[in-house]
Amino acid sequence: MSNVFILVDLQGDAVSKTTAELATAGARMGEVTAIVLTQPGKSAAIVSTLTGPISSVISIESEDLATHGVPAYADLISQIVTEKKPSALLIASHAFGKEIAGRVAIATDSGIITDAVDVAADGTATQLVFGGSTTVHSKISHGVSIMTIRPNTIEANTAAASPTVENVTKSVSDVAKKVRITATQPFVKGGRPELTEANIVVSGGRGTNGDFAAVEGLADALGAAVGASRAATDAGWYPHTHQVGQTGKTVSPQLYVACGISGAIQHRAGMQTSKTIVVVNKDAEAPIFDIADFGVIGDLFAVLPKATEGVIARKS
Amino acid sequence: MKIAVCVKQVPDSWAEKKMINGTLDREGVDAVLNDLDEYAVEEALRIVEAHGGNEEGGANSVTIISMGPERATEAIRKALSMGANDAILISDGALAGADAITTSAVLAKVIETGGFDLVLCGTESTDARMSVVPAMISARLGWAQLTFAGSVVVDPAASTVAITRVTDAGVDSMGASFPAVLSVIEKINEPRYPSFKGIMASKKKTIDVRDCAAIGISVQGAWSLVADSAPRPARAAGIKVTDSGDGGKELVDFLAGKKLI
Repeated sequence: MSNVFILVDLQGDAVSKTTAELATAGARMGEVTAIVLTQPGKSAAIVSTLTGPISSVISIESEDLATHGVPAYADLISQIVTEKKPSALLIASHAFGKEIAGRVAIATDSGIITDAVDVAADGTATQLVFGGSTTVHSKISHGVSIMTIRPNTIEANTAAASPTVENVTKSVSDVAKKVRITATQPFVKGGRPELTEANIVVSGGRGTNGDFAAVEGLADALGAAVGASRAATDAGWYPHTHQVGQTGKTVSPQLYVACGISGAIQHRAGMQTSKTIVVVNKDAEAPIFDIADFGVIGDLFAVLPKATEGVIARKS
Repeated sequence: MKIAVCVKQVPDSWAEKKMINGTLDREGVDAVLNDLDEYAVEEALRIVEAHGGNEEGGANSVTIISMGPERATEAIRKALSMGANDAILISDGALAGADAITTSAVLAKVIETGGFDLVLCGTESTDARMSVVPAMISARLGWAQLTFAGSVVVDPAASTVAITRVTDAGVDSMGASFPAVLSVIEKINEPRYPSFKGIMASKKKTIDVRDCAAIGISVQGAWSLVADSAPRPARAAGIKVTDSGDGGKELVDFLAGKKLI
């Protein structure tokens, strides 16, 4: 049986939900080995919280990861991949994961596919391109199949893992140490779910006029993440990290609620693949209505509080 | 300081895109300079302007590098009209449908021989959206990778560059010595509109068009092969109601009917 590597996806020192999704995808293709890369002294705690179909773990602790970033991660993974020759390597599709995948592809002479939303047993990846308007099936034909997989697109098997663990000592090559990170400021996570992992996302745009209270109120009633259009983040109304769209995050939740967002193509590119789309907008002509399963033409400051009340009433 | 800016010509964001034989049909659509690359052009110009400008024959220069069909000269002209000095376009029929692996190899090959101190890129192209080429160029050249920059500070005397990296995960301060490959995020600046003078001047600027043989690279086929592609059915517009006091309630009823709450 072929061996598939996944890179354990961490948020701070915690294993993200995406990791089990990577393991689930990997198990379709072969036996899964999870690579844990972390600071000295931290891997045991990470390994103990892994879930999903993971057969074994290769754990490398290094001081250099925090000081040298992406190139250092990619260098250590490339060394392991060259040595153990897995058939595939799966990494979470975000800025950090994609850059690592790109560098490992160069170092190991391998092809790369990014932003897969599904992976079949034979390694065929499904991607939704051009803002979700086209489905593409493709496969890597050279080297290790390096693929990055979008969070929240594969239904994870989260059974407890009881992998065998191999602790490996490796040092980062000098060429991967050319950048020095002098300070790191992680974004403080609020109480709401992570945008790309959330089952429900409620987003606000220009129509909020900078007041996100109604959007946040509905989001909290639904247990949802809060998103924002580029207009809202450019105006400084909501942090850039919450931007949904072409240059922000791509989300595909079960339910996407767009409030006061006109639906420029750049925004649609980031949310078009949501299962159900609900829209609240004053402008009956807003293009976002074209892709809405349910649309309310109305003032979000009137509609959202009533919807919030309704959701709370039904939940209690 | 010699700065290279990598740019790509892409279909207009509003154009309807389709696949032909596993690659994007680039013929039938309006093509523009990838708007995320404009931030890189702007940042390069600001860097040289802060250190004596990029007058002809001076110490600083900004060179645009692109790979694409001959038609990509249109997008390159825009970058030149913003104020870049000159451009290199690698254009070869063998590069049609090239993947990121090949693109990064071609760009790295040209950069390697150009004597550049810094390479600036946008964070992604709006068509392929992979966001991997800057990291791949850095890996191929063995240069420092300073990507997703929300701010850039260059010290030419010390030959160093420092950035703040802004991603999902947080903000990192990092730095390196020249040479380095940077990508810049869209929040970093407000790209200038080309002036009339800039547009006129750009017509006299050189775009050096080279093929694969001229840069000394042989092209391999793409290492990711498209088996099939199909347009997804357009989302049909669903129910639309006008709020007359109970729009919020109707919304909740819809969610309940779909078992979403």
